[in-house]
Amino acid sequence: MSTLVLDREYFINVFRDMLPFVDKESEHLQQLDSAIGDGDHGINLTIGFREVAKQLDTINENAADISTIFKKVGMLLLGKVGGSSGPLYGSFFMKAGKDVTGKNEVTFDEFCGMLLNGIESIQLRGKAELGDKTMIDAFLPGAEVLKQDSPEDPVEKFTAFVEAMKEGAESTIPLIAKKGRAMRLGERAIGHKDPGAESAWMMMEVFLKRLKEAASA
Amino acid sequence: MKRLVNDGYEVVEELLEGFTKANSDYVELLEHDKRVVVSKKRGDKSKVGIIIGGGSGHEPLFINYVGENFADASVVGNVNTSPSPEPCYNAVKAVDTGKGCLYMYGNYAGDVMNFDMGAEMAADEGIQVETVTITDDVYSSENIEDRRGVAGDIFVFKAAAAAAAKGLELPEVKAAAEKANAATRSMGVALSSCTLPATGKNIFEMEEGDMEIGMGIHGEPGVRRDKIRPADEVVDELLGYILEDHSLDSGDETYVLVNGLGGLPLMDQYIVYRRVEQVLSEKGIKVYKNLVGNYATSMDMVGMSITLVKLDDELKELLDYPTDIPNIKF
Repeated sequence: MSTLVLDREYFINVFRDMLPFVDKESEHLQQLDSAIGDGDHGINLTIGFREVAKQLDTINENAADISTIFKKVGMLLLGKVGGSSGPLYGSFFMKAGKDVTGKNEVTFDEFCGMLLNGIESIQLRGKAELGDKTMIDAFLPGAEVLKQDSPEDPVEKFTAFVEAMKEGAESTIPLIAKKGRAMRLGERAIGHKDPGAESAWMMMEVFLKRLKEAASA
Repeated sequence: MKRLVNDGYEVVEELLEGFTKANSDYVELLEHDKRVVVSKKRGDKSKVGIIIGGGSGHEPLFINYVGENFADASVVGNVNTSPSPEPCYNAVKAVDTGKGCLYMYGNYAGDVMNFDMGAEMAADEGIQVETVTITDDVYSSENIEDRRGVAGDIFVFKAAAAAAAKGLELPEVKAAAEKANAATRSMGVALSSCTLPATGKNIFEMEEGDMEIGMGIHGEPGVRRDKIRPADEVVDELLGYILEDHSLDSGDETYVLVNGLGGLPLMDQYIVYRRVEQVLSEKGIKVYKNLVGNYATSMDMVGMSITLVKLDDELKELLDYPTDIPNIKF
């Protein structure tokens, strides 16, 4: 059991980091999406997190608990992003907040549980299986790490979680897509990484960076 | 970039402002949701609500197919991106007259998720919403139910809207849409990419002088790339794919759409239509009616698609139903 506790400030800071993150990676995600999709993955995430950035101060000033912060962020993404990413990331954050109502801090283990809830909701909404060449190929290997008891150290564990997701994203390169726009490409999707799997692990890395700070504080 | 826009992230809002001002006799935006275009010609009669929608950048699709005896509302997404669930739901709330609503849109994963969530929200309030996803793009998958929807959308919209205007109930209106969808096949060719207004960049790369047979309306890769060939050869190839997939025989009647994708001159489109008509007439397939022009675009993409609808008396009656929408006679 880890003793690391994450307060609402941690989550507010993470969500504040999301817009600079998507701004920086937008072009990279667009390039991946142009190869097998319609080239707008980075743009739509930018549109969503711009809205989150715009409303984050209000959410913070209203002293929202962690559950409310996640639900609000999820609803803003759901409302602004559209496409597949909107419902998937929107559901992810909304459902991640469902078990922590009223809490202003959560233990690291509770946080892992929140992410597992989020991942489950992406599976339910997107109906994708492992190997379909979607963000699920990153999230499911990550979920396996979160469910394990070791490593005990939160930073080590979360690093392993992000690494597993990153490897999962890499694993989409040789796959034929079974969901989403790339599904229609057949064998021509082979050799290209799925942009959703890529943005998924990168987004979790934003959580990791702040987690390292929180753990060393 | 050869686009005349302001902030690339504001293009949808500015498009809708211009479109509704230019066509204020026909349409308006919902007061509380500026991503829903509603018809001002709905009248007060009780009928099944017809709701269409999808990403922006395909104008005149989808917003222009709102009007009298056509769609009651169109839900608007970001460029090439499906709308979010809330406007899908708000459209239902705005146009439902107690007889339920029909959602119709091209078959894309994002649209399905968002419209489904909108339908779930409406169902929570006891409003019945049915869905028909359009699957006319022949080459997008071997399985018909996995195919995407392109310019053939408009025939499905019109058939269902006519059934609703005639006062039919939701199951029959849905059946009319399904029938029109099953009778409609399309295939396109792109001679260039298109420009995303937010980045000013092409959504994919294409060498000058190349074309891609079977490319999707969002630039999804098609069958293969090749050097641009004479119009007649390209038409013959596209029609070949369509007719191989579609059971159109000598004596059948068809509604033909030659659709420009935004950047192809009308001159070229008529040259294409001329060849389509020649080939069909050689095969004894009768052109009942035709449409030539930009009906569903991909912004500034140079290219076109051909759509053939196999007609019977019921579809003819539905597709002949009088409508009144901005700018387009259909």
